[in-house]
Amino acid sequence: MATQVALTGNDAVAEAFRQVNPDVATVYPITPQTELMHAFAAFAADGLVDTELVTVESEHSAMSACVGSAAAGARTISATSSQGLALMWEILYIASSYRLPIVSAVVNRALSGPINIHCDHSDTMGARDCGWIQIFSEGSQEAYDNTIQAFRIAEHPDVLLPAMVTLDGFIISHTMEALEVISDEQVKQFVGPFKPATNLLDLDNPITIGPLHLPDYYYETKRQQAEAIAQAMPVILEVADEYAKVSGRKYGLFEPYKLDDAEVAVVALGSAAGTAKVAVDRLRAEGIKAGMLKLRVYRPFPGQQIVDAIKHVPAVAVMDRSISFGLDGGPVFNEIRSFAYGQKIDFLSYIYGLGGRDVPVEDIQDVFRSLVKINESGKVGNVYNYMGVRE
Amino acid sequence: MNVKKDANWREVPRGGSISEAGSSAEYETGSWRSMRPIHDKEKCINCLRCWILCPDSAIQVEDGKVIGIDYMHCKGCGICAQECPPKVQAIKMVQEGD
Repeated sequence: MATQVALTGNDAVAEAFRQVNPDVATVYPITPQTELMHAFAAFAADGLVDTELVTVESEHSAMSACVGSAAAGARTISATSSQGLALMWEILYIASSYRLPIVSAVVNRALSGPINIHCDHSDTMGARDCGWIQIFSEGSQEAYDNTIQAFRIAEHPDVLLPAMVTLDGFIISHTMEALEVISDEQVKQFVGPFKPATNLLDLDNPITIGPLHLPDYYYETKRQQAEAIAQAMPVILEVADEYAKVSGRKYGLFEPYKLDDAEVAVVALGSAAGTAKVAVDRLRAEGIKAGMLKLRVYRPFPGQQIVDAIKHVPAVAVMDRSISFGLDGGPVFNEIRSFAYGQKIDFLSYIYGLGGRDVPVEDIQDVFRSLVKINESGKVGNVYNYMGVRE
Repeated sequence: MNVKKDANWREVPRGGSISEAGSSAEYETGSWRSMRPIHDKEKCINCLRCWILCPDSAIQVEDGKVIGIDYMHCKGCGICAQECPPKVQAIKMVQEGD
């Protein structure tokens, strides 16, 4: 039975974690994630979960404890933001290379400096090569649904990789939204009992985890890891199908919105996707054939699938809420344009919303108008743009 | 070892883990050596300082006597030659390949 509840994004993820009832949670506060684990810690203190809550002294320790816990065969979670994710960096790579299916929420926040507590995607974009599955959420509903699905994806025998589910700091994490939750029993059934593939405490089958790999074996191990995250792609879709049967909500690798007959389109991820949908509707009312593609799964990157979805659109703008310093255009832009090599699409890059800079619908409408101008004039002009910065 | 030497990426253990105890004994580290210890049984007083101090357990001992050096694992660090008592000098380091 679906129940409608009003929850903030942080509370929605904490609720999903409660229903999953993991074995171990490693906890360290950082704005804007703090309330998420605060809520979960209350569940633990109230006896609503069986989780061993490990309060650590830093995020580096939080992720290290996750690695130890997951290697010991426990279903393990954490949550962080920004500097916290940055401090986890070296251990993020270790978690994925040991093939440990940890699930962590990342409440997106700008990286210092200058210090800032508000939303952008520089934290998770910086971690895009660390071997974790990355799933972005537009709102609280998606953050809740993605969190539940993340366990099944991460723990799938063909995958066995850690997964991060992101939600935009404050914009989603602290905004109350009506969402539908499924029952505790449904989540329990859906996620299933944890059958660890790696278990240091299995004394009958002793293993060493994390031994030195020299040039003779390191490469093969990394190649195998690359295959594992590629295998996550079909698994994400299988899990989404199964989740749709339980929840009635169907997810793909991305969500096309009014894209079929679009002549101009925007690609966005996170909360700005919702804003872009409003911009699409307004432009459609003016007779402009606007569409958008909301990216949900960023790692593994569904490059070819995205190109198949947008190849009929002559002008496309890709929105990046982060900068890859020294590279023209943001990471999402560069990856999509690379996959679209040989297609007849004119691309524009728009960096936007850094450090929580507001993303008004009008600004995205202007992005669409720049695309309309390309279609009308056949001239692209400035490819690399910054939306909403004072020039 | 349960991983064959030329295992491809599909065959190496998931996450680079090792499921067999003591498998490092089968891993050759002797090829890293640039200096080779030569043990002289005539000079050796079998004090076993080299055996105690060798970081690679490469000094072979039988019945309390040094019988040779395990060149499959000896990395040529030279601790054995350095620690051999000055009046004994039963181990000398020579350039590998000479």
